[in-house]
Order: sequence, then C-alpha cells, then structure tokens
Amino acid sequence: MTSTIGVARRSESSLLIAWAKRALLVLGLPIVLIVAWWLATANSTSFYWPPLRTILEVFGATWFEGRMGTDVAPSLVRLGAGYALALVLGVTVGVAVGSSPTLRAVVEPVLEFFRAIPPPVLVPVLILFAGIGDGMKVLVIVSGAIWPILLNTVEGVRSIDEVLRDTARCYRFRRRARLLHLVLRGASPQIVTGARQALSIAIILMVISEMFAATNGLGFSIIQFQRSFAIPQMFSGIILLGLIGVALSLLFRVVESRAMAWHRGLHHTQRGGN
Amino acid sequence: MTEPRQGTDVTDSSATLTDPAAPMLDVRGLKKVYTSGKRSVEAIRDLTFSVGAGELVCLVGPSGCGKTTLLRCISGLLQCTAGEAALEGKRVSGPPPGMAVVFQEYGRSLFPWLTVWQNVELPLKEKKVPRAERKRLVTDALAAVGLADSHTAHPWQLSGGMQQRVAIARAVAYEPQVLLMDEPFAAVDAQTRADLEDLVRSLWQRLGVTVLFVTHDIDEAVYLGQRVIVLSNSPTVVLEDVIIDLPAERDQLTTRSLPRFAELRAHVYERIQQAKGGHRPAGVESDA
Repeated sequence: MTSTIGVARRSESSLLIAWAKRALLVLGLPIVLIVAWWLATANSTSFYWPPLRTILEVFGATWFEGRMGTDVAPSLVRLGAGYALALVLGVTVGVAVGSSPTLRAVVEPVLEFFRAIPPPVLVPVLILFAGIGDGMKVLVIVSGAIWPILLNTVEGVRSIDEVLRDTARCYRFRRRARLLHLVLRGASPQIVTGARQALSIAIILMVISEMFAATNGLGFSIIQFQRSFAIPQMFSGIILLGLIGVALSLLFRVVESRAMAWHRGLHHTQRGGN
Repeated sequence: MTEPRQGTDVTDSSATLTDPAAPMLDVRGLKKVYTSGKRSVEAIRDLTFSVGAGELVCLVGPSGCGKTTLLRCISGLLQCTAGEAALEGKRVSGPPPGMAVVFQEYGRSLFPWLTVWQNVELPLKEKKVPRAERKRLVTDALAAVGLADSHTAHPWQLSGGMQQRVAIARAVAYEPQVLLMDEPFAAVDAQTRADLEDLVRSLWQRLGVTVLFVTHDIDEAVYLGQRVIVLSNSPTVVLEDVIIDLPAERDQLTTRSLPRFAELRAHVYERIQQAKGGHRPAGVESDA
C-alpha cells in the first residue's frame, strides 16, 4: 500500500519536473531576449532606441484605449477574410488540378509564373482594379497566401495512395464520399503544410497592404507612428504584431493537432516499425 | 453478350471440370497488353476459366505471372485488351456492385483517418444501406473476424494481421456475391497467416460467398481451395485446373498431414516448376 503511494508520488513529481523542463525550454529563450533588450536599452537616451520600459508603458495606452476596435479589429478581419478565401480557392483549384493530369500539364507553368511574382508588387496593380478599400487588401492577402496552399494541395492529391484509390473505386464511392473521405482527407497533411506557410505570408501581406493606402489598420498605425516620430508607439505596434503572429500560430497548432491526430499516429507507428 | 450463358455454356478450356451451369464469374479469352510508347508488354495472353456460385477457387502461379493484373481486370479496375470477365453473365466494365476486393497491402487499403468501425461502415453508406441494417452488418462482420472490441481504434493502431482482418470485415459486411482476394496474407507472419486462412474458410462456408483467392503460396492454395487454377508464366495462360478433393472440414494440422494433401501439393508444385521453366500447354506454345 505504502509502496504504491510512494510510486505514485515519485511519478507525480517526475511529471512535474518534466513539465517544468518543457516550460523552461519553450520560454527560456524569449525570457533571455526580453531581459537582454531591457538591460541594453535601460539607460538609452537615443531617440530611435527608447528603453523597453518606455515602450511597455505606452503599450496599454496605445492599443487598449480605442485602437483595438479601430485598427486591430479591421486588420484581423481583413486577414481572416483573405486567409479564408485563399484556403477555399487554393484547395478547390488544387483538388481540380491535382485530380487531372491534363489540367496539370496545362496550368502548371502558369502557376509557377504567378507564384514567382512577389505579391507586394501587385499592390499598385490591385489598387487600379480594386480601389483602396478593404477589397484591395483582402485581394493582396489572397494573391500571396493562395500559392503554398494551392501547390501543396496539388501535391497532396497526387500523392494519395493508389491502393486507397482502388479501394474507393471497388466499393463504388460516389463523388461526394470520394472527395470528402479520399481526396481531401488524403491530401490533408500537405494542405495543412501549405496552410501553415500561407498563414505567415498572409500576416505579412496584411501589414504591407495597409502601409500602401489605408485609413486604419495595424500596418497603417505603425507607419503613422513612424512618420510622426512616436517611436515607442511604433515599437509597441511591432511587438503587438509579433504577439498576434504567435497567437495565430498557436491557434493553428491546436486545430492541426485535433484534425491531424491520425497522421501523427500513423507516422509514429510507421517509424516505430509496427 | 449474345452468347448463351446458361445450361450448355461450355468454355473452350477443357480443364473446367466443375458444373458450369451457374458460373458466377466467367473469364473468357481475357488478354492484357500494357503499352507505353512503342513498347508493349503482353502480361496475360489468353485466360479462360469460370467460378461457380459459392465456390472457393485459388489462382496460383509463378511470381510475376500477372496474377494481380488478372484480378484488377476481373474487378473492373483495369480495362482488358481483349476478351472479357463477366459477373453473373454481365460483362465487367468498371467495378461491379456485387464484388469486394481484399488487397495485399492492408496498410494502404484502409483509410487511416477513419476508425475501424468507420472503415467497415463507409462502403455500406455508399451502397445506401439503411442505418439500422448498417449497424447490424458492421457489428456482425467485426465480430466474425474477432475484432468486436476494436471498433474505435484506428487501423494503424492494430497489428498487420488485425488490419487485414478489418479489410476482410469490410469486404464481408459489403455482402458481395464475389469476393476477390489478392495475395491477402503475403505480408503477414506465418502464424497469423494460418489463422486468417481458417477465417477465410469459415466465413466462406458460413456465408456461401464465391471466393477467388490469388496467391503465390502453393500450400495455401491447396489448403484453401476447392479448385486450384495453375497459371503459366507471363504471357499467362491456364496450365491446369486442379480439383482439390480434400474433405470439406479442413484443419491446419490434420488436413496438411493428409497423404492426399501432400500429393496435391506435389502435383501443383511440379506444375509451377514447369511453368517457371517456360512450359506451356500444347496449342498455346506455337502461336507465340
């Protein structure tokens, strides 16, 4: 009896140690960097490198007193709309292209051409067509974020196992089941890879599109601060952008780990030599 | 489709010794030539045989003799170059409704993102089997293969033998008239293999389904089949249609130690050896 309690306690404490180790690994470097920044700028009198303390002091006042609604929210809405549109378009076109060798042969060179164009270059062109409203910003995000999704989807659909395809044919899967249970699920590991790359591209393009022609948004605010020499505010905006990026990638990971649990498990057993 | 299919239907192969009155599966003059560019490879030259309703027939041949090609033609996954395969008198032009296939690559034929239960159920959904009936079929099929308590597992969490059991359960739940098995046990270990062989025999006896079982293992073919069709090497023709006159109740130990088993095994072995040496039945040899 006592021995089992002892074992339980030991394993509990070792679990705690393992958890603490993990936390240290994940948070260690960020803490070191923040401390370094703090110390390096603590006595700074440079106008362009204000102390971190000053930046953090203005952070709350800059963002939580109104700008959350007028700048951050519009940015996130554009990002969400552009990313969602890129996902839908990229996966749809990717499935079509991946499923048809003929279509692939026809469009692949064109896709490579468009992919090679840096999306910021398209901003002036898109302004001509789509004006300077939200539509233009969403289009800029789509124009950059769609490529990794599309190309990875094509690759994913192509690499679906032949035996699995045969199985679906033998059991006479109808169109819908073939699409949902064979093609989309089969290509989902690559789709997720593409979507992850697309997320960071989308964030970058969100900011860039707002720097060109905008009346609100995160990118717009940062540029405004810089032009009005509100340097601590400008830095606080950059920090906020970074934090949003981290939050979104964490969110992405949560969704991924739920949807792709089978893939991790499969990978694990294959490597373990089942 | 104009040829008579019943009663007096006699196939050209004199080796078809069973009652051809009700050929569930009829393969006549099947030929498959793969062409890519200028090269063409004749995989199957001329195959004719039939499988009666409720029969369990094994196809055995030297490796590389086009067994898998043949099965893919029969199941409608592959278009044959000439001749035809017919299921209940209807020419196979795509995967027919009354057919289920168990592939050799069990790990690749199960949907890794679905649970065991969902894997077995999905084809039934596609067949529009009502929900209650589906539940009964899936439960029964999984119980029949000994996986009653693995419903919620994913295929990759199971051993190879158990994965192949899931594939068999999926085929059985589908209630096919013909069950095609393409070297299903080639990738499982010997002991699991013996268990699975007995599972196939017992399912076949219980359900009365017609089974065409492709294998390269002579022992397995003789142990399982009512007939063993021996194929030549590629381009493939039928070498011999051997009746396996072993008792219907088979058992790994007693059946395999019967003198008759040894005789049949030796006979099929000899034919395979001849096939490897390039022997072909008279009449087919000359037209090469």
